[in-house]
Amino acid sequence: MNGTKTVPFPRAGGFPKFHLRNLTQRIGFFFLFLSVMVTVLFLGVLLVFIVARGIQVVNWEFLTQPPREAMTAGGVAPAILGTFYLTLGAILCALPLGVACAIYLVEYTPKSYVVNLIRMSINNLAGVPSVVFGLFGLAIFVKFFNFGVSILSGSLTLAIMVLPSIISASQESLLAVPQSYREASLALGASHWQTIRKVVIPTALPGILTGVILSIGRVAGETAPIIFTAATFYTRMYPSSVFSEVMALPYHIYALMTEGVHADKQAPIAFGCAFILLCLVLCVSAIAIYIRQKQRSKYG
Amino acid sequence: MDKQAFPHTARRPQSAGRQSPAQSPQKTDDTRDMAVRIRVRNIDFYYGNSRALEKIDMDIYKNRVTAMIGPSGCGKSTFIRLFNRMNDLIPHTRLDGLIELDNRDIYSSGADVVDIRRRVGMVFQKPNPFPKSIFENVAYGLEVNGIRNKKLKEARVVDSLKKAALWEEIKDRIHESALRLSGGQQQRLCIARCLAVDPEVILFDEPCASLDPISTRKIEELLLELKESYTIVIVTHNMQQAARVSDYTAFLYMGKLIEFGETQKLFTVPRNKMTEEYLTGKFG
Amino acid sequence: MNRERLYRWIFTALAFSSLFFLVGITVVLFKEGLPVFREVGLFEFLGGKSWYPTYEPPDFGIRPLILGSLWVTVGALFVCVPLGVGTALYLNELAGPRQRAVLKPIVEVLAGIPSIVYGFFGMVLVAPFIQDLFNIPVGQTAFTGSLLLGVMATPTVASIAEDSLSFVPKSFREASFAVGANRWQTLTRVVIPAAGSGISTAIILGMSRAVGETMTVLMVCGGAAVIPDSFFEPVRPMTATIAAEMGETVMGSAHYHALFAIGLILFLITLVFNVVAEIISRRYRLKLGLGR
Repeated sequence: MNGTKTVPFPRAGGFPKFHLRNLTQRIGFFFLFLSVMVTVLFLGVLLVFIVARGIQVVNWEFLTQPPREAMTAGGVAPAILGTFYLTLGAILCALPLGVACAIYLVEYTPKSYVVNLIRMSINNLAGVPSVVFGLFGLAIFVKFFNFGVSILSGSLTLAIMVLPSIISASQESLLAVPQSYREASLALGASHWQTIRKVVIPTALPGILTGVILSIGRVAGETAPIIFTAATFYTRMYPSSVFSEVMALPYHIYALMTEGVHADKQAPIAFGCAFILLCLVLCVSAIAIYIRQKQRSKYG
Repeated sequence: MDKQAFPHTARRPQSAGRQSPAQSPQKTDDTRDMAVRIRVRNIDFYYGNSRALEKIDMDIYKNRVTAMIGPSGCGKSTFIRLFNRMNDLIPHTRLDGLIELDNRDIYSSGADVVDIRRRVGMVFQKPNPFPKSIFENVAYGLEVNGIRNKKLKEARVVDSLKKAALWEEIKDRIHESALRLSGGQQQRLCIARCLAVDPEVILFDEPCASLDPISTRKIEELLLELKESYTIVIVTHNMQQAARVSDYTAFLYMGKLIEFGETQKLFTVPRNKMTEEYLTGKFG
Repeated sequence: MNRERLYRWIFTALAFSSLFFLVGITVVLFKEGLPVFREVGLFEFLGGKSWYPTYEPPDFGIRPLILGSLWVTVGALFVCVPLGVGTALYLNELAGPRQRAVLKPIVEVLAGIPSIVYGFFGMVLVAPFIQDLFNIPVGQTAFTGSLLLGVMATPTVASIAEDSLSFVPKSFREASFAVGANRWQTLTRVVIPAAGSGISTAIILGMSRAVGETMTVLMVCGGAAVIPDSFFEPVRPMTATIAAEMGETVMGSAHYHALFAIGLILFLITLVFNVVAEIISRRYRLKLGLGR
C-alpha cells in the first residue's frame, strides 16, 4: 500500500459524441417488432379466413349426417366420429405408458446412464417425422400383426407418436411435486408405491392432464400416420369395431382437396372440416392454458 | 438519447425540489471545500409498494472513497445502484427525490442513461466477466462506446489492465477465455473493464464478497490507488474493510441513512447510538 | 416387500418403451427398406436423376426428392429463423408482462394448428395468391412450400430460442449496461452470443421439423418429381412422395421397399439433427456454467 502510488490515470475521454448506435437500436428493435407482427398477422389471416368460410357450411346437419352424393353433400359425422375414436384410442394407449415412464424416471431414480439413455430415446422419438410413424404402423400393425387398415392400427401408431410429449409433460409435473410431500408420506409409514399412488400422482394430476389435453390436439390433427394405417376416403358406414377402417377429419380434408371429381362442391366441405379441426385445437389449447394458469395461481 | 430505454420504471413524477446548489446535510467543517461529485437529496425508493430507501440526503466527494455499511438488507446496494440507474432494469420500481452527477440531474427526462452508465462505472458482487477472451472483455466497453481505432483500443486495454494490477499476471494470455482466471483475477478484470471506458465514478458493490483474503487485500490496495483519479463508492458488510479503505462512511439501517461522516470520526466517536451499537457488534 | 419390487419391475419395463419403439422403427425401416437395393444400387438410388417407380422398367432415383426436401427446408429457414428468433428476442427483451401474456399463447396456438390445416390454407389461399403475384403457371411451388413450412417451424424455433435466452445470466446484461452499452449492443454483443448455441439448437430442431413435415408439402409443393431449376417450380419432397404413393403400391414390391428406404433416409436425417442439437445444447449449458 505504501509508495506504489502511480501517476493518475490520464483522462482519456475521446468517445464520439454522436452515436450511430441509437439509430441502429431503433432499426433493430423495429425489425424484432416486425417479426412478431408478421407471425401474429399470419395466424390472424389463417384464422379469419378459415373461420369465415367454414362457419357458412357448419350446421347441425353437417355435424350429424353422413356424406351424400359422392361426397358433394351431406355432413361429415363419420369423419368426426372416426377422429374421436382414433384420438381416444391413442390417448388410452399412450397415457398409462407415458405416465409409467415418467414415474420411473422421477420416482425410482434410476442410474444416470439409464436416465440418459431413456431421455435420448424420448428426444429422438419426438423428432421422428410423422410419416415415418405411418410407415412403422403399416409394417407392424397393419401387416405384421395383421390388424389391417383399422382404428386399432391407427390408434396404436398415433399412440407411439404422441408418447414423447406425454412423457415430458408428466415428468415435468412429477418433478414439480415438492419433495416434502413424499417425505411426509414416507414418514407416516406409507410404502413407496402408496406414496406415489396416494400423494404424488394426485398432486401432479393437473399438470399431467394439461399435457394430455395438448396431446389430444396434436393427435386429432395428425394426418400422415393414419393415411396408410386407418383412414379411408369415403364410407357411409359408421365404424362397427376396432378393426373397421374409418374416415377422419384431417384425412378427409386432404381427400376432398385432391381426390373426387367435383372440386367446387367438395371445397366448402373441406372448409367446414378445417373449421371444426381449428375449433378443436383452439378449445384444447384454451383449456390447457386455463388449467395451467389456475395451477400457477394455486402454488403462487 | 436512450429515453425509452427502460419502460418498466416509472419516472420520478415531479422534478422534486431542484434546489441545487442545495444545502449539504450534516456538513462537517473539513468537507466544506470539497468538490461534490454526486449529490443525493431527499430520495425515497420503492419496490412496488414497499419502501426500500427513505429520505436520504448525502454527498459523495470527488476523489475520495465513500463506504456504505450496514446490516444486509439495509438498502445499501439498492442505494448505490441508483447512481448509475441500474435499478431501471428492475420492473415496478419508483424513485422520488433528486440525484445529481456533477450538478446535473441524472433522472431528468433528457438524461442519457447509456452515457451516465459509462461515466459511473460499476463492479459487481460476483465477478461477472463475459464468456469472451480477457482482451475482448476489456475492449467491449470501448467498442460499444464507438472506439474503432485498433491501436488506441489495444493501448487502452493494456493501460486498463495495468491500472487494475492484472497485467503482469496475464500479459501472455490476454486472448484466452476470461472464465479461466481465478475469482480474484476475474474481479480485477471486471475492474479493468470498468476503467477502460474512463468513468468518473466507480461503484463497488461488495467487490470482495466472494473472494479469498489475499485477493481481497489486492483489491483493497487497488482501491487506494484508484482514488487518485476516480471517485469511489464501495458497499461492504465488512467494517474493517470500510475502515481500511474509505475516507467517508455512511451507515444505513432499514433504508435510512443513520450517520454519515469521515470514516475516522465515525468509527471512533460515532454520534448516533445505533451506529455505535452496530460498530460494536450489538446487532446486524 | 415383494409387491414393491414387482411395481419397480413393471415401471422399469414400461420406461424402456420409447427406446423399444425407437429401435423398432429403426429395425422395421431397415428390414423393409433394404430390399430395394436388390433392384438398384445405393448410389444409383441416392444419385439417380429420375423417379418413375411405376414405369416398366421402373427408375428409383431419389435425387429429385432429396433436392425437393432440401430446397423447401432451406427456404423455410429463411422464414423461420428471422421470424422465430425475432419473436424470441422480442418476447425476452422488449415485451412487457402484458404483451408476453398475449404473445406466448399466440405462439402456442400457432404450434398447435395441425399441418393439414396449414396445407389446406396454403392450397386455397397462399398458392393462388403466389400464382397471381409472380404471374407463374402454377402456384404450388417450392417457394409456397417454404413459406408455409417456415411459418410452421416458427413456434418451434421461437420457444426453444426463448428458453435459451432466458438462461443467460442477468449479470451479463448488468455488466454490459454498466460500461455504457445500450440495449441493442447488449443484445447483439452479449446476450445473443451467450445464448448462441441454444439458438442454433432451436434452428436445428426447426429444420428437423421442416424436413419431416408431410401434409403441408404434399398439398402445396406441386408434387413434380423433377430436379427444380428455380424456387418457383413445383417439387416433390421425400415425405410427400411416401404419403402420396404408399397407398397405390403393392405390398412387397420394389416400389414399396423404395418408399421405406426413403423413410429410412428421412429418419436418419432427423436423427442426426436431433443428436447434433443435443450435443450443442449440452455444450452450451457447460459454457454458461449451468452444469449438465
